[in-house]
Amino acid sequence: MRPDSKPEGIRQSMSWLHTWTGIVPGWLLYAVFFTGTLSYFLDEVNLWMKPELHASVPAADAARIAAVALAGMGKLAPDANSWTLELPNERQTTVSATWRDRNAPAGRAGTKRAELDAATGEKIDTRETRGGSFLYRFHFELHAMDRTTGRWIVGIATMFMFVAIISGVITHKKIFAEFFTFRPKKGQRSWLDAHNATAVLALPFHIMITFSGLLLLMATLMPWGADAAYDGNAQAYNMERRGMAPGGQGQGQGQGEQRNAGGREGREGGREGRGGRSRDGGGEAVDLAAAIGPMLAQARTEWKNGGSNHEVGRITVNRPNKPGATVELRAHGSDSLTTRGASARLVFDAATGKIKERPPLPTPSAASAFGNVFASAHMGRFAGPTVRWLLFLSGVVGTAMVATGLVLWVVKRAPERRKLGRTPFGHRLVEVTNTGVITGLALATGAYFWLNRLLPVELAERAAWEINGFFLAWLAALVHAALRPARAAWLEQCIAVAVMFVLLPVLNPLTGGHGLDRSIALGQAGIVGFDFAMLAIAALFGWIARHLIRKDRPLAKAAPGAAPAELTEVTP
Amino acid sequence: MSKKTSLPAAYRWLVASRSVAAIFGGYLLAAAWAACMSLWLQKTGMARVDAVTTATMSSFVVHLCAAIWVFAAGTTQRAWIGIVLPAALLAAGTWLAGAGAGGAA
Repeated sequence: MRPDSKPEGIRQSMSWLHTWTGIVPGWLLYAVFFTGTLSYFLDEVNLWMKPELHASVPAADAARIAAVALAGMGKLAPDANSWTLELPNERQTTVSATWRDRNAPAGRAGTKRAELDAATGEKIDTRETRGGSFLYRFHFELHAMDRTTGRWIVGIATMFMFVAIISGVITHKKIFAEFFTFRPKKGQRSWLDAHNATAVLALPFHIMITFSGLLLLMATLMPWGADAAYDGNAQAYNMERRGMAPGGQGQGQGQGEQRNAGGREGREGGREGRGGRSRDGGGEAVDLAAAIGPMLAQARTEWKNGGSNHEVGRITVNRPNKPGATVELRAHGSDSLTTRGASARLVFDAATGKIKERPPLPTPSAASAFGNVFASAHMGRFAGPTVRWLLFLSGVVGTAMVATGLVLWVVKRAPERRKLGRTPFGHRLVEVTNTGVITGLALATGAYFWLNRLLPVELAERAAWEINGFFLAWLAALVHAALRPARAAWLEQCIAVAVMFVLLPVLNPLTGGHGLDRSIALGQAGIVGFDFAMLAIAALFGWIARHLIRKDRPLAKAAPGAAPAELTEVTP
Repeated sequence: MSKKTSLPAAYRWLVASRSVAAIFGGYLLAAAWAACMSLWLQKTGMARVDAVTTATMSSFVVHLCAAIWVFAAGTTQRAWIGIVLPAALLAAGTWLAGAGAGGAA
């Protein structure tokens, strides 16, 4: 796209396209990447933000945990129609219980939840917080707006990103050679190298995460295929599709065209009906706490023989304390990405302890398997700790790629500024927004974590105030960036971020959580993981700050009292 | 990309035209692809739900290619033709398949 309309090569036009599809949604993409990357540790963030849960230390013996939890449920919700217990794992210290009371309204509203102490089965009361779910939701539907609007905005930005990535690849024909070229301390050249290196280093990840992001939003963004094939009833398509994705809710094999209800809602409605009918039936209640141990042992043997080696992750009791009760055990984790995290299940008769059903794992069609692989990879679903950390680090690299791209836009225009002898308003606007978003969002996230521990537990609308604090801190960072010279703004905010995050593992034990010494000693990997992720972020921003300070010294010597609008301004 | 700060108005219009072609034209093309392929893949014997999933997933790649085409094309005219022509063909294909399926349904 040359202004003089002269013909140009494909690489020039792609370079133009890359710049503008990257810069226009750039800040939003940075926010999406940043909060999305943190969401790889969603469970860990949730756990950290409810320090009351740190005190729950599960025993090594799953049977004992299950027995205690089931006894606890007997006291907590004796008349429920169903209980579901998520057993503790490497990311979770407690037993997460959900249950549905008789006559509970359909859907999510009818589901009650509680966290149980893994050692005692007692309910743990936690502070009111949205936890990591706020950051997770923000990364694909933003905040304080209609859910569909938020998804459209993020979806459009993602489509821009998709174009930016592919046009970027076309632009840099020597992309892999350039990956090994880093020329530090060369101003613009170094920024370009850094941008290229972060882009190429994780290129498969960038393409996967962007394309799968579009796929995850496709019901909102691209309903026209379903609309055409289902005569305007796109809902029917979504249900049929979910019915085939057994991660949804189990029935798996229902590949028939006429499956009426999607997943959970339909099934639990049915459960409720049955529970209601037999309420008055006689018979003896089963001592589940005693019966669960042998069932767990059976499941373990069965799954080991099946070639996989999974522990039980979830226990669902249907019609507890009533005749005809069943216990469903579900393996923790899945062997396959193509099934969207479906895992092996066994259904027991609670009274006899015998296996009643071995629901087979569904086999998805090629099309849904393809989509499921992308969805599972995007969400790190059932990824082990190593894969999770790799995804997190790829996310960090992706965030850095967006950030270096944004900075590069400003750095590239430095010569133009010098020639003009002033900073055009547009340049300054981008420069200020860059700081206010790149370091400002990190500051806001830090403030969110700090407020989680500093706001009084009994504060009204507590969860909302944590989120308000997030946005107020972000706004403050933007204002600060606008008031200070660019380089000073970068440096001050980087130092603030580094200090905020490096102190989080210290704040944790002072405000009710388990510090690193205890969480390591007790093997609470979730808490340890959060602390290390925070230290990693602190180190990254500290490194940038150190870089900025070092670069300052020779420049200050060389040009004392240099005009603040010089090149030094724009190269952080 | 230019050393001057102000660009000629004609150039701005050209960029605007291609942006509209890439963003809105590209989306319409992708939507037409999703609708058309959803119907035609069924006719090849693919299950309805899979036909829709395949067509919808690939439609994002169609939008991507459309955007790249628009900015790679030599002239703005060619850029637009490359969007409108296939979109019209796909729309016609959707109509044809829809008319057939409508009769059956």
